Amino acid sequence: MDIPYTVTARPDTGLFNGKLGIWLFLASEVMLFGALFSSYVLLRVGAETWPRGETILNVWMAFLNTVVLISSSVTMVLAWAALKTNQFQKSRWLLISTFLLATVFLVVKYFEYTEKFSHGLLPSTNTFLAIYFTLTGLHGLHVVGGMIVMAYLFGPGAKMFRIAPERFTNRVEITGLYWHFVDLVWIFLFPVLYLL
Amino acid sequence: MEHATAVHPPVAHHVEHAPELGFWWKYVFSTDHKVIGIQYAITGLLFLLFGFTLMAIMRWQLAYPGQPVPVIGAWLGAGNASGGVILPEFYNQLGAMHGTIMVFMGVVPLAVGGFGNFVMPLQIGAPDMAFPRINMASYWAYFVGGVVMLASFFVPGGAANSGWTSYVPLAVTATTGQTWWLLGMVFLITSSLLGSLNFIVTIFQLRAPGLTFMRLPIFVWMQLVTAYLLLLAFPPLEAAAILQLMDRVAGTSFFLPSGLVVSGQVVQISGGGNPLLWQHLFWFLAHPEVYVLILPGMGIVAEVLANNIRKPLWGYKPIVYSVVFLGFMSFVVWAHHMFLTGMGTTMSAFFQTTTMIISIPSVIILTSLFLSLWGASIRFTTPMLFALAFLPMFGIGGLTGLPLGLAPTDIHLHDTYYVIGHFHYVVAPGTLFALFAGIYYWFPKATGRYMNDLLGKIHFWGSFVAINIVFFPMFIQGLAGMNRRLYDGGIQYAHAQETAKLHVPMGYATFALWFFQLFFIVNFFWSIKKGRQAPQNAWDATTLEWSAPSPPPHGNFPEPPVVYRDPYEYSVPGHPADFTPQFQSDKKA
Ligand code: HEM
Ligand SMILES: [Cu+2]
Repeated sequence: MDIPYTVTARPDTGLFNGKLGIWLFLASEVMLFGALFSSYVLLRVGAETWPRGETILNVWMAFLNTVVLISSSVTMVLAWAALKTNQFQKSRWLLISTFLLATVFLVVKYFEYTEKFSHGLLPSTNTFLAIYFTLTGLHGLHVVGGMIVMAYLFGPGAKMFRIAPERFTNRVEITGLYWHFVDLVWIFLFPVLYLL
Repeated sequence: MEHATAVHPPVAHHVEHAPELGFWWKYVFSTDHKVIGIQYAITGLLFLLFGFTLMAIMRWQLAYPGQPVPVIGAWLGAGNASGGVILPEFYNQLGAMHGTIMVFMGVVPLAVGGFGNFVMPLQIGAPDMAFPRINMASYWAYFVGGVVMLASFFVPGGAANSGWTSYVPLAVTATTGQTWWLLGMVFLITSSLLGSLNFIVTIFQLRAPGLTFMRLPIFVWMQLVTAYLLLLAFPPLEAAAILQLMDRVAGTSFFLPSGLVVSGQVVQISGGGNPLLWQHLFWFLAHPEVYVLILPGMGIVAEVLANNIRKPLWGYKPIVYSVVFLGFMSFVVWAHHMFLTGMGTTMSAFFQTTTMIISIPSVIILTSLFLSLWGASIRFTTPMLFALAFLPMFGIGGLTGLPLGLAPTDIHLHDTYYVIGHFHYVVAPGTLFALFAGIYYWFPKATGRYMNDLLGKIHFWGSFVAINIVFFPMFIQGLAGMNRRLYDGGIQYAHAQETAKLHVPMGYATFALWFFQLFFIVNFFWSIKKGRQAPQNAWDATTLEWSAPSPPPHGNFPEPPVVYRDPYEYSVPGHPADFTPQFQSDKKA
């Protein structure tokens, strides 16, 4: 039994199944982060005092991380483009680079977190830090999720390229869409938490 | 082909048939939408029975406060019911878990996971769901969520006890069970996310040739809108659950205001949080959730009704437009649950207006279904009885919602038994009856046999009478001012004295209702093996699921189906039979 439109697009919708699936998934993610951002706004508006992010957080580390994540989005697109022109090895290296950039992001985040902890700045300290740790923590989990998928794609999942190259290319594309979303969330988080 | 088979029989055999799957892969870790649907349905039914039993125990306590529960009282454990008498803490657990189980682990999994999974792909002529493995993951996430919730009864302090709404700050300072509740919810939310995106993709991508959107059976439309609601409304609850989890585990104060006092002690927290934030996030999910509870049921009723009135449904298009409109509107009415939180008049006016507007599409749908009965020669089959009863029951539920949607009346009615009566009329004799109609109706498709009609009718009439005796008095009690969630049913309040007596007949009716479900349970298992054999098109119906064998094999249709016409072409003049299926081409007719 074959499920139709796993690889090719259905003419009247113009999409293959996975692509519609990821867009819907991202819509729900928008609602998830949207709800958290709204909570942030509500809490901040209701607060008597609210620290400016830069007085507590390390803006330069976050800026570095922004650059790292944006670069990883670029390598991700290139990995997909390489597959489109049938350059499997190149694509694989680009995927690995994306993975490594994501690792850099997490390592920087780790240093940020431990530095806060060592100064006794915890989620329970105040509402600003509570929001900061919750939002960046959740975002970090999304980064980890993306890395697991990438590891699968350049690791055991890569053999699909030989049997079903188009399907594999689609998988990379979908992962890419997810990854850009993760990137985009960070681009919101950075100014909201560190600069405003 | 025959020649080849004769020459190389073993090889040809191997190529054509996938190897037989073992028991575990076929029935437990299956990716077949029908098996997953049945798994969902049976798990959901078990949870419904369990949640109902919790409520039956509470009903005893309300009818006879302080008297030991008969029969099972001794098994409840001394920490919960000393000497068989329910303790207040345990009563709170029962209430919170009754609501949670019925809504998130009973009705929705049965209506969406069960019926949606089993019926929807068949009705659109698809071989399976678009993502069979994600489908399986969705069931197992639900299963784990269910286990976490059940296990929470055995942690210190017992299960969650802050109501199914988990209002803060109460829920944040509650016993460990609440943390388990939140974790359980995260699994259930994940499950519904995986399920709903699968449903939407399947409906958009896997419709059979010729099956345009305006030819979709109403049931599929209802599932589509439901899936959107689940997809977009659940994430805010997930966000809220994460925040509450942080408050409980990491000591944050998202929902805890400064200077919070619990049991006479100022709590050591950073403070600055907002308890109302929880209510906003919760109801932003939970109002769309009530439509998740009702729409699949409406879809089932539409199918069963169309089949048994033997003529096209009245107002296909108005129904479709209404449900889409309703889907959008359901995101902007949530604060009608919060009129008493001190919101300003502008806010209140806004939410009163949207609530009045959203009742219009519901009325259009219900009216269309009622008008469909006009002049029909009705077949009073068991599924039809349940579907017919749905109409007035949902009518009562919906109409009693209007006074709740207007702040001046809601101020009196909020948090009384009137609200409990309102939503139970919608969900119990409403949705649950619709779900029973669906089980009796599609049972022949799933098993190849009909359920027994006599047992079915006893089940129907018994349940119908009993359920009304349980729920109707709630309106009277609520109007008299009796509050919900009271351990003793309100006997210590002067104004509740008179109506508290009603708890006794309500209690008896609850046990009668339980008793009549036995007819269903026996019928269900007996009919699987011994029921009357059903033909492929068991009810002379028109939609695509009836063109598949019963039960449909893996992959559903021997030949990919093609659709030639609208979904409900019954009694078309000039046609030999009184039904013309969607899959019948004009050439053959
Ligand atoms: C048709 C129009 C409807 C209107 C105008 C309406 C209005 C309302 C309002 C205003 C409340 C809040 C009452 C209060 O707490 O004071 C309420 C409660 C509720 N309604 Fe409805 N409703 C409608 C239909 C439904 C449907 C279809 C369902 C589906 C199952 C439903 C389920 C509920 C539930 C579960 C609650 C109580 C939640 C709780 O506080 O525990 N309602 N309704
Ligand atoms: Cu509501």
